[in-house]
Amino acid sequence: MKKNRPVNLDITTIQLPITAYVSILHRASGVILFAGVAVLLWALDNSLASEEQFSALKESLNNPLCQFIIWGTLAALAYHMVAGIRHLFMDIGIGETLEGGQNGAKIALFVAFIIIALLGAWIW
Amino acid sequence: MVTAVTSFGRSGLYDWLIQRVSAVVLAAYTLFVAGFIVLTPDLTFAVWSDLYSTLCMRVFSLAALLSIAAHAWIGLWAVLTDYLTNRMMGAKATVLRLVAQGVLGLVTMTYTVWGVEILWGF
Ligand code: HEM
Repeated sequence: MKKNRPVNLDITTIQLPITAYVSILHRASGVILFAGVAVLLWALDNSLASEEQFSALKESLNNPLCQFIIWGTLAALAYHMVAGIRHLFMDIGIGETLEGGQNGAKIALFVAFIIIALLGAWIW
Repeated sequence: MVTAVTSFGRSGLYDWLIQRVSAVVLAAYTLFVAGFIVLTPDLTFAVWSDLYSTLCMRVFSLAALLSIAAHAWIGLWAVLTDYLTNRMMGAKATVLRLVAQGVLGLVTMTYTVWGVEILWGF
C-alpha cells in the first residue's frame, strides 16, 4: 500500500447527515464520561461514607458549580447510553437501512433530549 | 489472524464483543440505580447504605466497575487510534499514543481500586 496516498477526509468540506452527528456525539460523550466516572465515584464515596456526608452531598446539589458538573456528567451518561442502545439494536440488525438509521438517530436524539431535560429539572 | 498488542482482547472481534457485553452490564446497572433513586419515596442514608451493603448489590457494582475499565479502555483505544495517527502527525504519533494509553491505564486502574475501596470500605 502506498504510504502517502491521497485521502479526502476534510470533514469541513463534507455535509454531515444526522446520523453523523449522533455518532460523533456518542464518541464525545464517551470521552467526557471517562472523566465523569471520577464524579460518579466521588458521589458514591460520599453517599456511603456517613450520614453527614450523605447530607452534605444532597446539600451540594444547591451549589451552582456542583450542579453543573453533576448535570454534565449525567447528561453525558444519558446520551451515551441512549445512543449506545441504538448501536446495540443496529448490531442485531434493527434500523440498519439508510432510512432506519435516520429514524433511529432521530429517536435517540429525542429520547436523550427528554432525559437530559428531566435531569436538569431534577437538579435545579 | 491479525492481532494488535495494544488492544484489550488481543483481537478486534474480542474487543467488539467485550465492548457489547460491558455496554449491556453498564446499561442495566445505570437503569437499576436510576430506577431505585427515582422510585424510592424517601431516599435516606439508611435505605441507601442498606442497598449497598447487600452482597448482591456489591457483586452488581463490581461487575459495573470492571465493565467500565474494559469498556473505557477499548473505547478510548478506538478514539486514540483514530486521531493520533502517523498520517496526521508522523512517527511521533505512536509514542504519543502509547504515552496516552499509559496514562489512561493508570486512571482506569485507579478508578477500579477506588471503587473497590468504596464498596468494601464503608
Ligand atoms: C459508564 C461509563 C462509560 C464510558 C466511560 C464509556 C466510554 C465509551 C467510549 C470512549 C467509547 C468509544 C467511542 C467511539 O469509538 O466512538 C464507547 C463506545 C461504546 N459505548 Fe460506551 N461508555 C460508557 C458506558 C456505556 C453504556 C452505559 C452503554 C450502553 C449501551 C455504552 C455503549 C457503548 C457502545 C455500544 C459503544 C461502541 C460504539 C462503537 O463500536 O462504535 N457505553 N464508550
